[in-house]
Amino acid sequence: MPDETPDESPEPTAAEAAGDATQDATSAEPTEVAPPEPEPEVAPEPNPVHEELLALLRGAGFADGAIIETADAHGGLVVRVANDQWRRAAEVAKEHLACDYLTFIAGIDWQPAPREGDEAGGDTSSPVQPTEMTFGAAGSAGRFQAFAHVQSTTKKWGLTFKTDVDEADPRVESWVSVYPGADWHERECWEMYGFVFDGHPNLRHLYLPFEFEGHPLRKDYALLARIVKPWPGLVDVEPMPGEPPGSESPEGSAGSASGLAAQGPGDEAREVDQESGSPDETSEAKVGGGDES
Amino acid sequence: MTELQLDPSALRHLADAQVNVELDTGDMILNLGPQHPATHGTLRIVVRLDGERVLSADPVIGYMHRGYEKLTEFRTYPQVTTLINRIDWLSSFANEVPFMDAAEKLMGVDAPPRAQWIRTTLTELSRIATFLLFLGEMGLQVGALTPAFYGFRDREHVLNLIEAATGGRFHPNFNRIGGLKDDLPWGWIAETRATMKIVLDACDQFEDLVLGNEIFEARTKGIGIIPGAMGTGYGVSGSNIRASGVDWDLRRDGRPYLAYPELDFKVWTHPDGDSYARYWVRLQETRESARIVLQCLEAMPAGPIMAKVPRIIKVPEGEVWVETENPLGQMAYYVISKGATGPFRVKIRSASFSNVSILPWLLQGVYVPDVITILASLYFILGDIDR
Amino acid sequence: MSLALELGWGTTLAIKTIIVLAIIPLGALILGYVFLLKVMSHMQSRLGPMDPGGFHGWYQLIGDGLKFLQKEDVMPAKADRHVFAAAPAVIVLSTFLVFAVIPMGPDLVVKNLDVGVFYALAVSSLSVIGVLMAGWASANKFALLGALRAAAQLIAYELPLLLAVVGVVVQAGTMSLQGIVLSQQNGEVFGWGAIGNPFILTQFVGFALFLVASQAELTQTPFDMPVAESELVSGYMVEYTGFRFLFFFIGEFGTAFGFAALAATLFLGGWAIPGVHGDWANILGPGVLFAKLMIVAFLMFWVRFTYPRLREDQLQALAWKFLIPIGLANILVTGALKVAI
Repeated sequence: MPDETPDESPEPTAAEAAGDATQDATSAEPTEVAPPEPEPEVAPEPNPVHEELLALLRGAGFADGAIIETADAHGGLVVRVANDQWRRAAEVAKEHLACDYLTFIAGIDWQPAPREGDEAGGDTSSPVQPTEMTFGAAGSAGRFQAFAHVQSTTKKWGLTFKTDVDEADPRVESWVSVYPGADWHERECWEMYGFVFDGHPNLRHLYLPFEFEGHPLRKDYALLARIVKPWPGLVDVEPMPGEPPGSESPEGSAGSASGLAAQGPGDEAREVDQESGSPDETSEAKVGGGDES
Repeated sequence: MTELQLDPSALRHLADAQVNVELDTGDMILNLGPQHPATHGTLRIVVRLDGERVLSADPVIGYMHRGYEKLTEFRTYPQVTTLINRIDWLSSFANEVPFMDAAEKLMGVDAPPRAQWIRTTLTELSRIATFLLFLGEMGLQVGALTPAFYGFRDREHVLNLIEAATGGRFHPNFNRIGGLKDDLPWGWIAETRATMKIVLDACDQFEDLVLGNEIFEARTKGIGIIPGAMGTGYGVSGSNIRASGVDWDLRRDGRPYLAYPELDFKVWTHPDGDSYARYWVRLQETRESARIVLQCLEAMPAGPIMAKVPRIIKVPEGEVWVETENPLGQMAYYVISKGATGPFRVKIRSASFSNVSILPWLLQGVYVPDVITILASLYFILGDIDR
Repeated sequence: MSLALELGWGTTLAIKTIIVLAIIPLGALILGYVFLLKVMSHMQSRLGPMDPGGFHGWYQLIGDGLKFLQKEDVMPAKADRHVFAAAPAVIVLSTFLVFAVIPMGPDLVVKNLDVGVFYALAVSSLSVIGVLMAGWASANKFALLGALRAAAQLIAYELPLLLAVVGVVVQAGTMSLQGIVLSQQNGEVFGWGAIGNPFILTQFVGFALFLVASQAELTQTPFDMPVAESELVSGYMVEYTGFRFLFFFIGEFGTAFGFAALAATLFLGGWAIPGVHGDWANILGPGVLFAKLMIVAFLMFWVRFTYPRLREDQLQALAWKFLIPIGLANILVTGALKVAI
């Protein structure tokens, strides 16, 4: 995974996944949609900090098969451990990796959110996500994962642990005995995802009222706001500056909603950049106006 | 000694009382909040008291839970920016920075240097703004009425600066993926220099008026001591953990972000870990921020403030973890993207959540007035706890 | 010129009653406006009320009083009705009773008791009962906490107050307030009688002690634990609204007025200016007393706006371990010097 990504890449498409972190290998082959200027892909240097961390992890005496997969997510180390080694991973991090600081514990639901509407029909209620279930860095065995991040305030490094959680019987070991701060994080994870943390002294609601039913952050839990009041879609359609009225078109409604949301003088400069092809004068003029001492 | 047999159902309303034949005086359960001037918002702490001593404390949060992590799954990236402004509303500019950094890393876009330097300046200005408020209102919580007014008065100058640059005092919404919305206005740099002098004078005034006050010392020294190892185990970050002697500042120790690698600043720590230390560290950090702003103004490069990004932002597939040193502590985002115009999952790690999680342990055995002092010294924002 | 008036005792009684009843609200009003609204504002680099009444908002408190009078009478459902209603009355009553002995001129005193000082201090501690009644009857845990803190505090600080005054009594030789004022007026400092002998010169320790103790008696910062605004949100007064709160307010500031008047009388010479006797003293006396008590009140309120509050146990430690021994030492030294010199 190249650490130094090309600067100012125009129109990055999904295929040119500069951040596709599921492969550690060098992506030296050019992709189908060739960028205008072919950048020589640089072989990724092995990250020395990650190497050290992984060496310490492997030498810490885990059970066999504990570490399922590791990955590098844009500079961060992600380690997927087996579910029954979850607490052991915390202990190893605390004792061998000098990770005294608990950053967070949370959950991921990889299932794509069910989408009621149809974007061609003008449903702008949410950005369109891919419909097939893919997994991120270090992969996953199923729909649910728990992940946590720990850091060392002395060695100044940190890493992310992931573990698979069974969908039918979501159980994870609790980290409370290792990091006392896990108490609240696990309570939140339980109420949001339904993961039961074995060994947690008092798994009860943290944010939500005690009689709340359901686990909101799961993808099949509908966003109440959208049910109560259907998304109106694109209501104010205005022509872009410089275009004749009537030429406006909600181009993939979610897209223009976000395009409109991002409007500002900076955007106009960008537009001018792309359309008139004279970027430097405009931005320089703006800069000349603002920069003085 | 006979055991008093009582019907359990009759005792349901005395859920926590101990029914004991030896007639020990019952503990009193007191609700601090959710409407209370000391809890900085809608935080509720249920304390069990024996006279004035706290036996146990149980914070109840979630009165301001807005469901940000669920909402981000239904928003595009620029729309998420508007949301996260409101997590820590006193230093809103600083909330956007890690998310912007994350999106830019995923897209492989670098904001131009001028944008990075302006972002640094505005982040430090929002740090000064929120710390000046803290310096004033901690005095107020302890009983001194006057420092609060001085804090607000001096903070106005900084808010005016932020408003001049971004258009908003509280929720600037100024960051864009790839840079900033606009450039700095005329005269802003000179104005900021003058304001930093005011800020440094205000810090001296607070040192005299509050830190030097014997009663303030008596109220805060030795109160609410957080040992370093305990704090890190709970995830306490920012000035709170530095006041416990842990030398850790993400501007220096984390992955390089914004213009911090090129700046020269000192990280302040204090060995005691009590409320006095937390106040002291924040005071020094306010001064340090003012110095950082002055350095930024000197070194501000010319150039564009926005990188070339498409109009419709589609962030490629990937995951990234970005953490920054926000005024309240460590704020971080774990962004999982699937190549759409909006994120797939955003885990928002907010500082105050972890800072407040230490309260059940910290409040045992203290007096009721000390509860107020400790809450004030930890300095959390409800939006940061509840997201 | 003689202003001698021959009045029957009934008329005199009526006049005195009216004056005392009028002084308390008036005094509370003046103190409240000048110090709470204006001096505090300027110390906090703001202006305070400027609009009501045109000139620097002088009408603000009067308007506030009228506003309170027309508010709904709200009482918590579980409150003890009669005790709840009676509590503010008890506090204000104790304030009124103090003014019965404070002299404003050689003849302007409601009753010149021989045990004036003793009476004044005894009566001012009646307010403790009122505070406890208020806290208990409110059916509110915060109010109860505040009331209990107040009870402990007020009782603890009675002693330093008393000990400070004993030094003055020893030096003056009388407990009558009028007698104390006269002995200051007629006294001399090393043979120089131009300013009389205000006891603050010799009893400076007593004066400091009196100020600190009266600050605590008034539950003002740094001793305002019972009313800790940021914790208990008005403590024992939290359930009181409308005109009942007005009573508390008048009681608080009226008592401040009273204690400042006592301090001025005991330590600064009260209504007396050396050399002014008779009718001129009767005319100028109230004004002189007013000026002196404003100085003392300024000191008290200045401290109130500056310092944070002491915690309850620190407060008690200060009283019992620090102030009382100093007070006792002060009496010892005064007594020794009185006999020797």
